[in-house]
Amino acid sequence: MIRPSATRIALIYPELLGTYGDGGNAIVLAQRLRWRGLRAEIVEVPAGEVVPADCDIYLLGGGEDEPQVLAADGMRRNRSLLRAVSGGAAVLAVCAGYQVIGATFPAGNGQIHDGVNLIDVETRRSFEPPDAPPPPRAVGDIVVEPSPQLGLPTLYGYENHGGRTRPLPGFRGIPLGTVRVGVGDGTPARTDGVVDGKVIGTYLHGPVLAQNPALADLLLTWVHGPLAPLDGPREVGILRDARAHALAEG
Amino acid sequence: MTTPLPRRLTARTQLALAAERLASGASRRLGRGSGEMIGGKIALRISPGALAEVGSNRPTACVSATNGKTTTTRLLARALGTLGPVKSNGGGANMAPGVMTALARPPYDSPAALEVDEIWLPKVARAIVPRVVLLLNISRDQLDRSNETRRIAAIWRELGAELRDTVVVANVDDPLVAWAAMTWSRQVWVSAGQNWTADAMVCPQCARLLHRNASGWWCECGLARPEPIVSVAGLGELMWFGRRIPARIDLPGRVNLANAAMAAAAAREFGVEVEDALAAMRGIGDVQGRYQEVPLGHDGHQARLLLAKNPAGWVEMMELLNLAPPRPVVIDFNSQTADGRDPSWIWDVPFERLSGRQVLVTGGRKEDMSVRLAYAEVPHSVHDDAEAAAAAANEKVVDVVANYTAFRDLLVRTTR
Ligand SMILES: [Zn+2]
Repeated sequence: MIRPSATRIALIYPELLGTYGDGGNAIVLAQRLRWRGLRAEIVEVPAGEVVPADCDIYLLGGGEDEPQVLAADGMRRNRSLLRAVSGGAAVLAVCAGYQVIGATFPAGNGQIHDGVNLIDVETRRSFEPPDAPPPPRAVGDIVVEPSPQLGLPTLYGYENHGGRTRPLPGFRGIPLGTVRVGVGDGTPARTDGVVDGKVIGTYLHGPVLAQNPALADLLLTWVHGPLAPLDGPREVGILRDARAHALAEG
Repeated sequence: MTTPLPRRLTARTQLALAAERLASGASRRLGRGSGEMIGGKIALRISPGALAEVGSNRPTACVSATNGKTTTTRLLARALGTLGPVKSNGGGANMAPGVMTALARPPYDSPAALEVDEIWLPKVARAIVPRVVLLLNISRDQLDRSNETRRIAAIWRELGAELRDTVVVANVDDPLVAWAAMTWSRQVWVSAGQNWTADAMVCPQCARLLHRNASGWWCECGLARPEPIVSVAGLGELMWFGRRIPARIDLPGRVNLANAAMAAAAAREFGVEVEDALAAMRGIGDVQGRYQEVPLGHDGHQARLLLAKNPAGWVEMMELLNLAPPRPVVIDFNSQTADGRDPSWIWDVPFERLSGRQVLVTGGRKEDMSVRLAYAEVPHSVHDDAEAAAAAANEKVVDVVANYTAFRDLLVRTTR
């Protein structure tokens, strides 16, 4: 019998992009493979090291301003993430990670910093005219109705960011969804996140895959093909009901 | 004989102190908390300079950190107590009003051991000009407040450059703390350990990645771990200014011995011998209910109450849980405003280490904790409250690990 090789899940620079619990996304993906009898390997890529080009899924999380700049510079130095994506790998980038894989984002000192340019979006403190005060930091529960073509149920999460993100001309992807509660990208279209090929960017912490297992399974099918259905863990259904209840009342 | 005042209080401050007394008394009588906040708040509103007036003419020490403030302040208050009466905000009200209340009553020249919130430290220390400031650690806490860890280190660093006569007792194992302490006029460097390094991977000075090995941390820019003069040498021993001394306290775990080492190093600046300081610290079995065993529920269960409000605190707690034979553990988890609204941080905690013991979950965000444990493959049950969880435990004595508001509520229910 041929044993399929393990699905490799890269957690990029967890010491820089791991401030908001997003490392949990790696745990969720790996467990959802293992519970289906498949092999999974979490590859932690320490900051300062070259991002390996041979992983199947790449995860980037949220971080503080200076680490975010450091992460962007580290990934720009070698192009392995872009090579991996053109070779069919998937990416889930959250918050600072989402900003970093775009074209540009604001550094802590207010300057505009170059991102990795994996998706055609740009992030700023504000897209208002320069004389208008910048919008307040977006902090709180967030609920997103996914774009219909994704076939996903409602997304629950927590957002905590100062940036606003919008597509650049020529952007070929779709929004991850429409914001029902919260801020998300903070654009007039009231969207959060993008899906462009197999790359997902979003502002949802939570971690997003822990609260939204269907999104985890979507990523897994992109790199693995169809998967056997996984009923559970039942705790997630209870959590999603509790969030729906709390946020409907809130 | 009356205690001589070092300086006459202004009429405005005397009025403020009278108002403080009234408000604190009324608040206590009405049962609204301990009255630590409201009285101090009113006093500072009437006389904004009152904190400086009641605080600056006495020998004081301020304790600040993400974790361990309350315990270290308590240990320090005991050590300073060997010299005479000590003022302290032992109730944990650690912003300016809480400090104000702690210092509001005479004598106005007795020493004080004060717990101060990280962000409030500059304001409080500028007013009272402490003799010693203790800086323990900085780590992620209450993610929704975006209190970036480096920003806290930076404001402490600025403060040190201003307070020219204040000594800092600082933990060399936390790069953020060490960097913050370098501007102070004099440092007592203590190796208090750091079992949570994820928030100190980047150099606070130049934003390069820090290098680490068993003996410390350093950066290419030249920032490096200072050589400590005091360190925890093992469970029950300290290296103390060049000699090895036995050091046992009753609070459990290495983390509390480190807190005691910090407190003893601070007390030395007040003339307290280390042996006397440690002897005075022994006998503290609980701090604000932490580590204390209380009856829980109505069927004879006993609970040891433990507080863990962020990943660093949980990692310490795992170590402590594993010192004893595995008991059932109740996790009481909330995400109210004072806890931080974002519960994502539980995914940074290695809950896999709880497998092998009975785990029972409760609290306002029990569902989030339950999902975390499911993915960690830790079997557990979910209950409406800690009492119901304890009732379902298969041993009579359980450990309860709660975060901030869960702990506070539990304490009210179990010690009323
Ligand atoms: Zn450096």
